[in-house]
Amino acid sequence: MKILFDLFFTFAKIGAVTFGGGYAMLPILQREIVENKKWGTEEELADYYAISQCTPGVIAVNVATFIGRKTAGNIGGVAATLGVVFPSVVIITLLAGVIQYYSSLEWVAHAFAGIRVCVCVLIFNAVIKLFAKAIIDKKTLAIYLTVLVSSFVFNVSPVVFVIAAGLAGILLKVYIK
Amino acid sequence: MIYLKLFWEFFNTGLFAVGGGMATLPFLYDIADRTAWFSRQQLADMIAVSESTPGPIGINMATYSGYLTAGIPGAAIATLGLITPSIIVILLIAAFLNAFNDNKFVKGGFYGLRPASCAMITAAGFVVAIVTFVNNNIHALSKFERIEWHALILAAVLLIFTNFVKPAKKFHPVFWIFFSAAVGVIFKF
Repeated sequence: MKILFDLFFTFAKIGAVTFGGGYAMLPILQREIVENKKWGTEEELADYYAISQCTPGVIAVNVATFIGRKTAGNIGGVAATLGVVFPSVVIITLLAGVIQYYSSLEWVAHAFAGIRVCVCVLIFNAVIKLFAKAIIDKKTLAIYLTVLVSSFVFNVSPVVFVIAAGLAGILLKVYIK
Repeated sequence: MIYLKLFWEFFNTGLFAVGGGMATLPFLYDIADRTAWFSRQQLADMIAVSESTPGPIGINMATYSGYLTAGIPGAAIATLGLITPSIIVILLIAAFLNAFNDNKFVKGGFYGLRPASCAMITAAGFVVAIVTFVNNNIHALSKFERIEWHALILAAVLLIFTNFVKPAKKFHPVFWIFFSAAVGVIFKF
């Protein structure tokens, strides 16, 4: 029981001090998990990151589940995951109420108009980084362009693209070389 | 039952969004289009808040949209919905870690998934860009006036600083978000 609380609070601490999500969390995880708590090694952390990037869900949550499970079984995985999301839920819930209240003010509207420009640039930068890792040959470029164009032309759920792209990947990688 | 529907929508997002927090964006747009829970404009603001507060971006966005939809219980339920598939999938994978890594079908699947995920985030970025750079005021007269020139200039400045200027490249996104907010207030965006 003590280990579950320890997992919850350690990951809550990590969640509370990380800005910018999964990738920004790595150095903090290295310090807390590998050096302080000794719940895992550098190599294990690298493996968990690699898998988390290509499995569904938020990277930080996936890594927390991995380490929690390794430390205290399946229930440990749940405890670590709840810990890492706990600060977000509290902080965002408090902020969302405040922002809704103030968003009718003129200067707040101007501020958010400015922020939206920044968000565009941040998304663009994230796409550039992801593009370099994901588009590695002509086939992956073809998948990228097909999905990009289709998502403007067809009004279907992203789930359709995910399943189709997964099947296309298997087809191109395993059966047609 | 709004809570059940909220949980289901975010469960779906958590199950199919591959590649981290930003990958949830296309799913959130899909939800915005299909429901009256939140608007595309609110989503753009949500990204900014999620980037400038602690915690994983995907979680922050789920909490925020859950709150807008159904208050504090909504925030908790949306977040639980998002993380439930992750927990299940990772616990399963952890049990078969080595076999999973070397499986050629798994490798092939991800080979196709990664560019698709990147394409969907690109498309989501375009949607934010249209909201930001095109003046949707119906009284806008010429084509020239339809474009938000202030915003376009700020975007160019940010692009250069975040990619090419050495010390500025290392600055945290929070810095640029506050910088842009200040520019927005001063120049009345």
